[in-house]
Amino acid sequence: MSHGHGAPEPVKPYGIVAEFDSAEQLVAAAEAAKVSGYRKMDAYSPFPIHELSDAIGFKDVKVPWIVLAGGLVGATLGYTLEWYTSVIDYPLNVGGKPLNSLPAFFPVMFEATILFAAIGAFVGMLALNGLPRPYHSIFNTPGFQRASQDRFYLCIESDDPNYDSSETKAFLITLSPISVAEVPK
Amino acid sequence: MPKKPLNDVMITGEQSYASLDEAVGSMVLNQKRHKLPWYAMFLLGFSGVNVLGAAVTWLLYQGIGIWGNNWPTMWSFDIVNFVWWIGIGHAGTLISAILLLLRQQWRNSINRFAEAMTIFAVMCAGMYPLLHTGRPWVAAYWLLPYPNIMGVWPQFRSPLMWDVFAVSTYLTVSLLFWFMGLIPDFATLRDKSTNKVGRIILAIASMGWRGSNQHWHRYEQAYLLLAGLSTPLVLSVHTIVSFDFAASIVPGWNVTVFPPYFVAGAVFAGFAMVMLFAIPMRAMYNLKDLITDRHLDWMAKITLATGLIVAYGYMLEVFYAWYSANPYEFELLVYRRFTGPYAWAYWMLIACNVVIPQMFWAPVFRRNIFSLLFVSSAVTVGMWLERFVIIPMSLMNSYIPSANQPYYPTVWDFAMFGGTIGFFIMMMFLFIRFMPVINIFEMKVLLHDLMSKPPARTLPAEVPVGAGE
Repeated sequence: MSHGHGAPEPVKPYGIVAEFDSAEQLVAAAEAAKVSGYRKMDAYSPFPIHELSDAIGFKDVKVPWIVLAGGLVGATLGYTLEWYTSVIDYPLNVGGKPLNSLPAFFPVMFEATILFAAIGAFVGMLALNGLPRPYHSIFNTPGFQRASQDRFYLCIESDDPNYDSSETKAFLITLSPISVAEVPK
Repeated sequence: MPKKPLNDVMITGEQSYASLDEAVGSMVLNQKRHKLPWYAMFLLGFSGVNVLGAAVTWLLYQGIGIWGNNWPTMWSFDIVNFVWWIGIGHAGTLISAILLLLRQQWRNSINRFAEAMTIFAVMCAGMYPLLHTGRPWVAAYWLLPYPNIMGVWPQFRSPLMWDVFAVSTYLTVSLLFWFMGLIPDFATLRDKSTNKVGRIILAIASMGWRGSNQHWHRYEQAYLLLAGLSTPLVLSVHTIVSFDFAASIVPGWNVTVFPPYFVAGAVFAGFAMVMLFAIPMRAMYNLKDLITDRHLDWMAKITLATGLIVAYGYMLEVFYAWYSANPYEFELLVYRRFTGPYAWAYWMLIACNVVIPQMFWAPVFRRNIFSLLFVSSAVTVGMWLERFVIIPMSLMNSYIPSANQPYYPTVWDFAMFGGTIGFFIMMMFLFIRFMPVINIFEMKVLLHDLMSKPPARTLPAEVPVGAGE
């Protein structure tokens, strides 16, 4: 909020959004946009489309690493808990078994591994996607309700170095979308 | 999107993305779709919950003496019902995780409510170990590792302790998996809803899901990994449940076949329960285009296959009683299973779990809803009897003959059992009313795949069940 002097800077829009009828058209459009040099873009669809990440050029493998880390943390915590309680804090001779009864400790270690890895997958996915997030500029797109039903959208964002409101719009129109709209922030 | 007929049996009728949204979404968004059968079933379930409340209140006031348990039958209905419920839950994870990894796309229309079934069944199961301690608030230190003033810790070498971790992990992971599947569907419902309050609630539940490619990319990674984690998890849960018995020296329990036989039995019981729910539900809500006769046919085949594994388990138990040359094992088999006061339970179990499911070899019985319901009910009863045969009947006689004592359940045993069934029914019908009962976005993936490559997807000649509907 600037309370400064002079004319306020024009607010940049969020981007320009083209609406398509099918998943195939969306993938083709995303590929065309990548070939034309656009990089800051995202596609919106009612269901996952496998070719889309390649078409847009989006690569991300953080979730699997978070899951691996979660699993390792779980295994370590599970074993540490068992070892500390059974060997250090409450050593109890049960049928002459060693205090550190590793084979008997495996089931709990295993369950802890799965638990932490699963929480890692769930929380990691949400955190990397920035969810929960109640508001986002893309929701300003006219008719965007259908993005979760039966329409497919490609958005070229205004942060893209090649972004130019009239040229980008003209480019998107060449992809024969149903509609094209400039979306305010 | 133009509508075009699909000549595949995983989805029948003329479908488009919008018609899938409508078929499933309207069950939540248009509350008028819930008619008399819904209210009747809800009332039935709610009555059961009241019975459960009374049974639990009296139990907590009076103690577990109100049950039929005695020495030496220290475990009976409490553990029978625990194992039965946990088993029923297993089909949900099998459908959602294992069939996903095996790329069985027919799972897409049944996984959501099978997962719901898992969660509610595990909740029912969890009540028993907690309440069979008599005073759960005192029993916490046996079960949960927390630092307490007595300076004691749980015994991690005990299968009972493994069980606590297995079941609580199973419930948590199942909830995560289920909720994760629901997020995009809540977003769809949010966008379809015309009711302001409903839209706000759904917007919160969907966490602001936008369906962006980045979302889906990470979502798919996480979903696949959760499936990969749930697969060994579900196998471990019933394996560990079977260790509660197999790791002991009680005749009839100390058998190495228990883990695989329990896991197969769990899937067997679970698929029977899925069919018991799916068949009335698809009739009540007109979902026969999405849950086709072909789906029922597939489920019947899995029931048959797992039933055969279970039958092999029964054979091995008999073989082991003889081959082990252990007189106590042999005594158990001949005088407490084949003959004796509870012989009817053993023979009924063989009839329900081994004989009746053989009907599914004939395609005509896999495609008739009445035979499906009959076999599923028989399997559900049979699996309960299996646990009954394994647990109290093995315990009635001890190594000291003076301790031998017959076991009879009391009315409170049945009240609590009936009460958990009521709880399960009530939760399932609340779920049907307030959450999308079929995974909408996965059905769209399926529809997209079917429309983009129909010839490659045509299945062998046996297929056209339900295709002409």
